[in-house]
Amino acid sequence: MTTTQSQQPATLWQIAWRQLRRNRLAMICLGIIVLYAGIAVYAEGTYWYYRLAQQTAPYRAVDFNNRFADPSISHPLGTDALGRDVFRQVVQGTRVAFEVGILTSLIAIPIAVLLGAFAGYFGRKTDDAVVYTYTVFDSIPGLLFIFAVNIVIRGLLTHTPSGQTLSRYFDPGVIAVALGIGLTTWVGLCRLIRGEYIKHRDRQYVLAAQALGTSPVAIMFRHILPNVLHLVIINFSLRFPGAILTEVVLSYLGIGVAGEPSWGIMISDAKIRLWQGRWYELGGATLAMFFIVLAFNLFGDALRDALDPKLRTAEAKTA
Amino acid sequence: MLAYIIRRTLYVIPVVFGVALVTFFLFHVVGWDPASQMLGRHASKDEITALRTELGLDLPKWVNFAAASRQGWTHLFESQWFFYCKQIVTLDFGRSFASQQKISTLMLNGIVPSLVLAVPIFFIELVVAIAIALFAAYYRNTWVDRSLVVLCVVGMSISYLVYILVGQYVLAYRLQWFPIWGYESVKYLILPVLVGLVSGLGGEVRFYRTVMLDEMYQDYVRTAFAKGCRQRTVLFKHVLKNAMIPIITHTVITIPFLYTGNLLLETFFGIPGIGYLAVEAINSNDIPVIKATVMVGSIVYVFASLVTDICYALVDPRIKLR
Repeated sequence: MTTTQSQQPATLWQIAWRQLRRNRLAMICLGIIVLYAGIAVYAEGTYWYYRLAQQTAPYRAVDFNNRFADPSISHPLGTDALGRDVFRQVVQGTRVAFEVGILTSLIAIPIAVLLGAFAGYFGRKTDDAVVYTYTVFDSIPGLLFIFAVNIVIRGLLTHTPSGQTLSRYFDPGVIAVALGIGLTTWVGLCRLIRGEYIKHRDRQYVLAAQALGTSPVAIMFRHILPNVLHLVIINFSLRFPGAILTEVVLSYLGIGVAGEPSWGIMISDAKIRLWQGRWYELGGATLAMFFIVLAFNLFGDALRDALDPKLRTAEAKTA
Repeated sequence: MLAYIIRRTLYVIPVVFGVALVTFFLFHVVGWDPASQMLGRHASKDEITALRTELGLDLPKWVNFAAASRQGWTHLFESQWFFYCKQIVTLDFGRSFASQQKISTLMLNGIVPSLVLAVPIFFIELVVAIAIALFAAYYRNTWVDRSLVVLCVVGMSISYLVYILVGQYVLAYRLQWFPIWGYESVKYLILPVLVGLVSGLGGEVRFYRTVMLDEMYQDYVRTAFAKGCRQRTVLFKHVLKNAMIPIITHTVITIPFLYTGNLLLETFFGIPGIGYLAVEAINSNDIPVIKATVMVGSIVYVFASLVTDICYALVDPRIKLR
């Protein structure tokens, strides 16, 4: 009976999942992430529902008679300067945070994987070109580069006809922020992927595939990529919190998301009220952001320990 | 060795050229007409044309064939690209659109406030973070170390904005220990330095702790323990010395970021540094200033990494002189 099991050795993913499941903290964090993802889906749903129905969404409903209300059952976190419900806005903020996190990954990860794979696999001139490219991008100060990309993209979106059409369907702030962060943060992952491809290109299985006449593209993406995919996943889970924090800062500075509730805008609005002793708005947005970023950070670490056996030593016992 | 240093120094040229190309591409090829963007939508045609001429935007983008065929080949270089290259070489980026002051003067004026804020944060953080990391390494595999790690991650997960706002509200407004805003005396710098220190500490401690623990698994540490060295001796005499290489790399690589100072801190506490300049420029669509800060920042970074690499080659004989 047991022979059938031993014939199929556990894959890296199974081993990693087993290790993750034993880690109670990581599982709690995963639960929090799933919960937030559910909230984000709900928020996305409400946004599109009220937008397509052309009604004012409840989180935007202005109620001047009920400004600066204290927390109550109908408004768990009170209301803001226009009488809008703070709790609902915090919920909607999740939507922007997830959109930015996912979009930046969709921009940065393909660039990093493609360039890294070609550089590592082909070496020589290709490698030199890619290394040169990422050295250049790496030399530009991060936040300033995000500013620069952001200002250019906003100019395009508000002034060109195609940009105006695009921003009718998508939030121009989200696009500008995602492109700004995405185009500037692919270097680290690209470097890792290139290193892994250099290691893998002389392995037996790659040589075998080459001997069978498999095309380089197939070798790169069908044979080698699954072996380095864990790096991409680790990068994704560690990039997400960074993107959320950057989005909040950009929105706060007034060059991010506008018009829709975002945690950065909420903090910016709530700042003035803090001096009057009303901390609910600031506290709500801050805590919402804190828990998701913390969960992603802790889960990302656990994931890295589970998926990257080389780093496992750091947790082992020593003298 | 000399050949390596020369080769490494010459590599600066293509990298700076690449950065120039990227920023030029971003602002002049991809970007929408900066003149109209800077003047806003209510500007008249004449105003836009005047600004375009002033910024050199009426010239062709790359090479000026028309002028060359009329007035000789030297006029081939009368284009936006060569104009930009000239700006970079002379470090003269024209005038700020918002204040009409020379950008080079604005940036020079910003250097001192930026450094006054960033340098103390940099050094205090370095010392404090290494001390805490050594402490964690000393108590490794105990609850002290584990709770320190969790504390670091918690610290990293709190937004920078929150540190600043809470610092201003509690320490400056409620307790009245520090002035809230301004740049007048040393007293005004304490709170921003404190906030910068606390907000950055989590990530730094975690990094240095990993470096220390990586060293703890090396054979020489086991040997040291085997011959009867005490914890303290091993940590300070063996581990700390060997951990110096990753620590120095990490430190030197962060030095160029002293240049942008702490963008948010400067904005929030009204310290007129380069970060403040950049944020103001963003808010007023001042594209020349943004372009200049990005370009100068990159040049600073390129030279800092050049110095790092050369120092390495001098210090560490294992570095291959490729």
